Amino acid sequence: MAGALGETASAPVISVRDVVVSYDARHVLDGISLDIFRGETMVLLGGSGSGKSTLLRQIIGLERPQSGQVVVNGVDLAKCTPRELKKLRRSMGVAFQNAALFNSMSVEDNVALPLREHTLLAESTIRLMTWMKLAVVGLAEFGKLSPQELSGGMKKRAAVARALSLDPEILVFDEPSAGLDPIVAAELDELILGLKQAFNMTVVVVTHEMASAFRIADRMAMLYNGSLIAVGTREELERSSHPRIRQFLDRVPDKTADTAAFDQYFQEYMQGDSV
Amino acid sequence: MLVVGVEAFPMVGIMAVCAGFILAMQGASELRRFGATQFVVDLVTIGFTRELGPLLTAIAVSGRSGSAFSAEIGSMVVTEEIDALRTMAIDPVDFVLAPKFLAALIVLPCLTIISNACGILAGGLFMRLSTDMAFSVYLRDVVHSMALRDVMTGLVKSLAFATIIVHVGCLEGFRVHGGPDAVGRSATAAVVKSTFLVILADLGFTAIFYLTGGK
Repeated sequence: MAGALGETASAPVISVRDVVVSYDARHVLDGISLDIFRGETMVLLGGSGSGKSTLLRQIIGLERPQSGQVVVNGVDLAKCTPRELKKLRRSMGVAFQNAALFNSMSVEDNVALPLREHTLLAESTIRLMTWMKLAVVGLAEFGKLSPQELSGGMKKRAAVARALSLDPEILVFDEPSAGLDPIVAAELDELILGLKQAFNMTVVVVTHEMASAFRIADRMAMLYNGSLIAVGTREELERSSHPRIRQFLDRVPDKTADTAAFDQYFQEYMQGDSV
Repeated sequence: MLVVGVEAFPMVGIMAVCAGFILAMQGASELRRFGATQFVVDLVTIGFTRELGPLLTAIAVSGRSGSAFSAEIGSMVVTEEIDALRTMAIDPVDFVLAPKFLAALIVLPCLTIISNACGILAGGLFMRLSTDMAFSVYLRDVVHSMALRDVMTGLVKSLAFATIIVHVGCLEGFRVHGGPDAVGRSATAAVVKSTFLVILADLGFTAIFYLTGGK
């Protein structure tokens, strides 16, 4: 199913093939295949425990699959040398769920860190580039502050600036709207859209927010229990009659609270029977 | 990072003064029976430079900094900062462990020397108070019985202890898996394991020096 809907002439930037990941005999990812093409925004959707974060960790090479392969920009993550992986990572920017900024450094130094580590640019050039990245995410005047002094939304934007610092081809977001109020979350969606237009990057976003997914996605992939149950555009997903997709879209709870059973227990308890 | 050492200075100093007093008192009470109280000087000097100075310092630093290292790195694991470093193609070990290691390699020998000095001076104070040995006489005897070899073995030990403390602390931090409660457990494990390994390594070193030195 995966990949069948979005075939285009260009080769995929990220290609996931039959990836299996299991912890203690429990399949977290159960034979996932997914292609992500250059310049598209792919949103990985799914509920808690669906395996979407695990899939993300596979794509950014933090974990290796137990079987199957993940190929990014033609490099097989399971087989590549540390040198190749290092090179690949420089073309990939990741904004983590909790921003993961280093509190011992100022916001500016956080953004400058990849430049300082990987380039031989002069300090003045690095400062200028850092300022530009911060300006892109709207934090130009906050560079001197420590990450602790920023609000949740600002931290996430600073994390985006850091992810952008090496001008990546692929930008990855883990739960950009988690823990943010709807207005700030919407601002972050706009930022993602703007970045994609301005830099023509391939964007991968993990989220469970339907509104956000519908706003930013070119295509979406829905995970359930470690399997992909749908891949397609917004319209294709909305037309789907798959019960799990409908459930997710219509926000139907899995287990309804069993009030009748509670009443019965309560009655028995009041009558002095042991429950 | 050198703050690790500067802030540990008062604690190490006071511990060494106490230990110097204890060693002198214990030594004096036994040696007095043989009329050999003057050997307390040798006992304190050799005992501190070879053994107590580096060991006390290492235990103090492992309690103070070993736990701090593992807690710091552990919380970086929990907040995905270590993952962030890896995705930025920065080796977390180079970035996090290396500066701590360098700091410890510099700080621990310095603290050991300070600890030696405090311990020996405390011994002198005791001798001045309990017997009528003048401080200058005590110091002259200290210089007489202090061997460069003893001081150097003590410092070599302290370098080894620094290696153990930093690596155990950081390793425990990197091994954190799960939530914030794991950070606390890792800090405890770091102190327990590094203290144990420090004493084990001390045993090894002392055995080597004993067998090779013959003194």
